[in-house]
Amino acid sequence: MTAELLLQLLVSGLGMGFIFALIAIGLALIYGVMNVVNFAHGEFLMISMYASVFAFTLGGLDPVVTLPFVAVAMFGFGVAVYYLLMKRVLGGAMHSQIFATFGLMVFLQAAAQFTFGADYYSINHSWLGGTVRIGGVTLPMPQIVAAVGAILCTACLYLLVFRTRVGRSLRAVSQDRVAALTMGIDADRMNALAWGLAAACIGVAGSLLSNFYYVFPRVGAVFVLVAYVTVALGGFGSIGGALAAGVAIGVLQVFSGFFMTSTLKFVPVFALYLLIVLFRPTGLLGKQ
Amino acid sequence: MSAPSVNKGLTFAGSPIKLRNIVLFFAGVGILYLIPQFLDGKPFELRLLTVIFLYAVMGQSWNILGGYAGQISIGHAMFFGLGAYTSTIAFLNFGVNPWIGGLLAVAVSALAGVLIGIPCFRLRSHYFVIATLVVAESIFLIFSEWSFVGAAIGLELPIRPSGWENFQFHRNKIPYYYIALTMLVVVTIFVIWMERSKIGFVLKGIRDDEDAVRSLGFSPLRYKLIAMAFSAGILGFCGTFYAQYVLLIEPPTVLFASISVIVALIPIFGGIGTVAGPIIGSVILLTISEYSRVHFSGSGRNVDLLIYGALIMVFAAYCPGGVMSMISSLRARFRKGAV
Repeated sequence: MTAELLLQLLVSGLGMGFIFALIAIGLALIYGVMNVVNFAHGEFLMISMYASVFAFTLGGLDPVVTLPFVAVAMFGFGVAVYYLLMKRVLGGAMHSQIFATFGLMVFLQAAAQFTFGADYYSINHSWLGGTVRIGGVTLPMPQIVAAVGAILCTACLYLLVFRTRVGRSLRAVSQDRVAALTMGIDADRMNALAWGLAAACIGVAGSLLSNFYYVFPRVGAVFVLVAYVTVALGGFGSIGGALAAGVAIGVLQVFSGFFMTSTLKFVPVFALYLLIVLFRPTGLLGKQ
Repeated sequence: MSAPSVNKGLTFAGSPIKLRNIVLFFAGVGILYLIPQFLDGKPFELRLLTVIFLYAVMGQSWNILGGYAGQISIGHAMFFGLGAYTSTIAFLNFGVNPWIGGLLAVAVSALAGVLIGIPCFRLRSHYFVIATLVVAESIFLIFSEWSFVGAAIGLELPIRPSGWENFQFHRNKIPYYYIALTMLVVVTIFVIWMERSKIGFVLKGIRDDEDAVRSLGFSPLRYKLIAMAFSAGILGFCGTFYAQYVLLIEPPTVLFASISVIVALIPIFGGIGTVAGPIIGSVILLTISEYSRVHFSGSGRNVDLLIYGALIMVFAAYCPGGVMSMISSLRARFRKGAV
């Protein structure tokens, strides 16, 4: 195995890793604020990918152009899901919380299958086609854009959560809900904001991903299982942890995909989840 | 192994079952055994009832772990699939009779359940759910690639003459009905017994407050493993039944996530943690899915899953106890009105 090949794998793993990180950050955000796992997270990704792909094939609009619109629309979708569904099950039994988002997952997946069939759709000849050669490494342009976009989005989210008043309120609710309520923070709005932001992140990830990944009804299932591993690795509820873990997993899956059949490349990633939660139930980088 | 002295003060016995209910139960079962006499030349109705019984059994088995012990699994397709593969591989490679293969399937699935349970039962709530998802998806991926088990193409069972000894019935499918019904009757009686035994009390205790159960001197892990072994073992036999009924198994039909969904949904819809819940859930949901299959046949559009998804959401948000809790609240209202 040459150094160049190694570098090639590493760089393309990093590119994918930032996308994984962006997906996982949304999951971590919802978990941090509400202590709920969004089982429909992958389907949010699927919706935004379909939106980007159809904007391209029907309207000729490149995902780079539609990205802000998809992100805003997904924000609205996330808020709607919170108010219409999640708000009702918040005080309920654990199994109704699990099944609320789980039902949403089944519903959205079946809705996509019903509307678009099981066919694979992808974007051909986007504005950002082609490859770039740096040193001995060849990189497809869409993946570079995806990595850069994911980093920018993560940075914005970081600034929002850690450097603004709204972000402070959000963190206050996630640290101590009751204390936050007594300080006059509207926890309900913060929950809705967490769902909106998480869905918006997914909107960005879906737009970026649609440039080089095909979309089909079950596309989300692949990514969301990886996102669970990422969140477990990074510490449930930790945004920085999700970023680091996403990148690490991106690299791991590229290497395992190189050494074994590509269908099985996620099996080591899944095994990693089990290992982590068994020994560190709050996540590898989470607080014990 | 010696029971802590605290346990001696506890008694485990449900209130005695009313004679009226026992009579009603066996009368109902008797009628169900007579029904095939009137289904001659009605293959759709025969198939519908057969799959309702099969899925009711599968729902009961999920309910043992998910409903009584409170351990929500979204990966139960793996036990169904393992059962189907076990008896089929035993038959294809070693000529093992499918009935014995079915017993092997029970053993393999129960063992797999225990092996998966030992690490995973350390996890609580969401983490356990995700673990079951991840394990089931891994098994699905591995079976789709593994040439010994037919990889993505799956395995086809060779056609043998119709007969009980071969567990295959071709022209006349009524025996499948009897087998599925018998499975349902046996499993239902088993669950009624289990619910009222010490195991049932401890499992419900684990669901409600695991730490309290531990403080009484019971090992939650041990009882969860017992529940898992029952749950997975029963599903293993269901897998064998499916393989003998359809005579073709492939990863997307026996190991896929949609089976995990429906197996969990049936008891949740009917009434989680109740004996009648899985039966009610199976009757309603399988009727929906079989009719939608007739009306949208061949489109591959999964209308049943669309309806199921909506139902899960609505029930989680508005009626977390399922149909059974609706019935009991209606009853309560009716009684109040009567006084």
